[in-house]
Amino acid sequence: MSLDTDVKEGVDQETVDAVREVGGAYKYGWNTEIEMDYAPIGVNEDIVRLISEKNKEPEWMTEWRLEAFARWKQMKEPEWAMVDYPQIDFQDIYYYAAPKSMAEKPKSLDDVDPKLLETYKKLGIPLKEQMILAGVEGAEDIPAEGRKVAVDAVFDSVSVGTTFQEELKKAGVIFCSISEAIQEHPELVKKYLGTVVPQSDNFYATLNSAVFSDGSFVYIPKGTKCPMELSTYFRINAENTGQFERTLIIADEGSYVSYLEGCTAPMRDTNQLHAAVVELVILDDAEIKYSTVQNWYPGDEDGKGGIYNFVTKRADCRGKRSKVMWTQVETGSAVTWKYPSCILRGDDSQGEFYSIAIANNMQQADTGTKMVHLGKNTKSRIVSKGISAGKAQNTYRGLVSMHPRAKDSRNYTQCDSLLIGDKCGAHTVPYIEVKNNSSRVEHEATTSKVDDDQLFYCRQRGMDEEEAVALVVNGFCKEVLQALPMEFAMEAQALVAISLEGSVG
Amino acid sequence: MSVADANTAANALDALSVDNTGWAADARSSALARLREMGLQTKRDEYWRYTDPATLTSQDAPQAALFDAGEKPLFDDVERLKIVFVDGVFDAEASDDLSLENVEISRLAETASADIHWAKTLYGTLESNGQDPVERPLAAMNTALASDGVLMRVTGKVSKPVSLIYRHKSESSDAILHHVIKVEQGGDITLTENGPAAARFNKVMEVDIADGASFHHVRAQGRDHERRAVTHIFTRLGAESTFKSFTLTANGVLTRNECVIELTGDDAVATVAGAAVGDGVFHHDDTVFITHDAVNCESRQVFKKVLRNGAVGVFQGKILVKEGAQKTDGYQISQSLLLDEDSQFLAKPELEIYADDVACSHGSTSGAIDEDALFYLQSRGVPVKQAQDLLVLAFLAEALEEIDSDALSEALHQRLEDWLARRSA
Repeated sequence: MSLDTDVKEGVDQETVDAVREVGGAYKYGWNTEIEMDYAPIGVNEDIVRLISEKNKEPEWMTEWRLEAFARWKQMKEPEWAMVDYPQIDFQDIYYYAAPKSMAEKPKSLDDVDPKLLETYKKLGIPLKEQMILAGVEGAEDIPAEGRKVAVDAVFDSVSVGTTFQEELKKAGVIFCSISEAIQEHPELVKKYLGTVVPQSDNFYATLNSAVFSDGSFVYIPKGTKCPMELSTYFRINAENTGQFERTLIIADEGSYVSYLEGCTAPMRDTNQLHAAVVELVILDDAEIKYSTVQNWYPGDEDGKGGIYNFVTKRADCRGKRSKVMWTQVETGSAVTWKYPSCILRGDDSQGEFYSIAIANNMQQADTGTKMVHLGKNTKSRIVSKGISAGKAQNTYRGLVSMHPRAKDSRNYTQCDSLLIGDKCGAHTVPYIEVKNNSSRVEHEATTSKVDDDQLFYCRQRGMDEEEAVALVVNGFCKEVLQALPMEFAMEAQALVAISLEGSVG
Repeated sequence: MSVADANTAANALDALSVDNTGWAADARSSALARLREMGLQTKRDEYWRYTDPATLTSQDAPQAALFDAGEKPLFDDVERLKIVFVDGVFDAEASDDLSLENVEISRLAETASADIHWAKTLYGTLESNGQDPVERPLAAMNTALASDGVLMRVTGKVSKPVSLIYRHKSESSDAILHHVIKVEQGGDITLTENGPAAARFNKVMEVDIADGASFHHVRAQGRDHERRAVTHIFTRLGAESTFKSFTLTANGVLTRNECVIELTGDDAVATVAGAAVGDGVFHHDDTVFITHDAVNCESRQVFKKVLRNGAVGVFQGKILVKEGAQKTDGYQISQSLLLDEDSQFLAKPELEIYADDVACSHGSTSGAIDEDALFYLQSRGVPVKQAQDLLVLAFLAEALEEIDSDALSEALHQRLEDWLARRSA
């Protein structure tokens, strides 16, 4: 789509350029040839121990992983989702891969593996952040250009660096890789890890508990508004590797943080597995805003290759008046299986879920949310927009549950599906469970095609068909796009158009 | 279900045998084979997530005390042809003569020994088609074991409704009836059903509607508090045909009504609606599966439930639009009014769509009586009890509007008003 139109105030040129660049087909499909350090293929107790050892973890963490692994061996893969893919051979995946250059810290950018730097550049990460991510000594002291967003980048299995740590430290915010947190802040990790998504939660979460290699850790202390947005970039690079990252965010009483997450992967013929776990803990009066732009490689037009994205994300609104907002733009992955959920435990807590899921070509997405109302006067809102094109299948699956003691609670759900072409499918599978009468639950869902009148209007103004469809679809998604932080909104808007390329005509 | 129970259930299925004489013999034995392959459902089955089937699948029917509501029989003022079953057994004396213009009526039990019957190609056929993609073992069991049922072939417009009346006289009766209705081209019939039927009632109705034909169905399930029922309607619609079904349910400890509709001809219209009022130990489950497999068809589902004192209402509704079923208009609404804190509403309204030129929507709401509306009525001088009743009636009326016949609709309206009057008393 064209970006020569008006740009809203407050958007800097860099962002505009970055968005403009997001043109063409799958832009992140390159592959960086970096020497990697692999663990032997497959998974067993030794691999679990090895991962734990590589991360220099204390004994209790190793034990925790082994417990999860023992449990996983007894579990079966879930089959209830409306997705269809060949059986995954869990012994044919590398569970640990790290760039070799991470072993020693480089002195300056010149010492950094240029391939790695190129990767960051392609990801659009600014130079200073590139230096920090590459682990250049003293990079923290160099003044930053442009807008500040602290970045933690996870390259295959390991976190390659986190930016702005010093500045965050001043505010008392801890933002580091989870492997670092296990060593530096064991008391926090011990207290919260696995309390939102227990070790034995589901097949993929349990596997993740056993073999997660890295991820991000955030702690926002009492009464603190995080001074900048935090961001994690995930990239799967090496072939045949699984990426299992674990994110844990704790918002202590009265704090606030906005967290962004982006994902990309190279184009490969084989499928790759991504099974992440994200746990959010929100205490009294705290708020977390979690935004995701998921753009893993979706496979080619015939469904060859692509990422299997099996993710467990859950927020526990433990405190009174706590608040969480999940916003997701899901355009990538061959198969998506993802249900960011909210446990509204504290009285007066609030959960929101805004989602755009686009499936084109042979993509399959089964995604949605769970709103579990336990506390009194809790509120939740679900806005889900699903778009199917090509031969894709897109399913919204959600649960709204009002427990007997969740008096005076409220839910509003809106799920709309849009179909482009007659070979795709759009499905809605909501579960509504109301166990008290002072709560109100409303659910609405519609399925329709792109409106001919709207298309005609755009065509008549000189747009080609593809542009017109992109514009109409962006309008359809507006409610969700508006919930995203500005930079992400721009990127997401462009992604919507790209994801639908080739779906018309 | 424990391993021991599962074994008992499997043994029980192995021990079953079917009547292998007459025209229905093949259909019965293949239904039994289907049932053995599927096994009986348990509460762990996704399709039975919100309703425990244990008392429907148990070897013996749980006892159900008889109940005399002390009211005038339903539809008594309506001119109709009555066919009466008492605990699942045909009562010739209480029934009318079965001859009526434009419809040929016979019974399963009476024709069973004959080798040839028009129903042979239909009996168990729609039930068997309806087992995919979701298994319905209790329907297969019905086809295999049904003791009786009504077989109707409709050849033109039938002047008055045919009325099936189910009486309950034995506290431990376990009735299985299987009706087959074939509405031929140009046929038009209204069928009513009412009464508690038995302590436990398993009923299947297969309705084949030819091009341009119409079938109207109005049902009121009996008010015996302890009765249990599992009913299935399997229907197939030809081009430009109409299917309309409405069910009123009041009381009954457990009711599961499944309706499986397949729109196979272009421009067909199917409507299925229901109103349920439950008080106390009441579990009511409406499960609907509509498949659109033709162009320009319309389907409507309208379900309303009013629940109090721990009553549980369940709605599972699915619209499946197959590839090529363009211009589909699918509408579904399920709403519940919870009159107190103990009642529950559990819903799973699903859409599965493989065609792009469609307009499908579903809505589901649950909540208490609207305080603003109540306040408005009170401010106009309506006493609070009466105001609540008015709002409850208005809520249910939307479902009753789906009934075409004024006389039948009026009779059901009266029933609801009586229910509210007793509630207030």
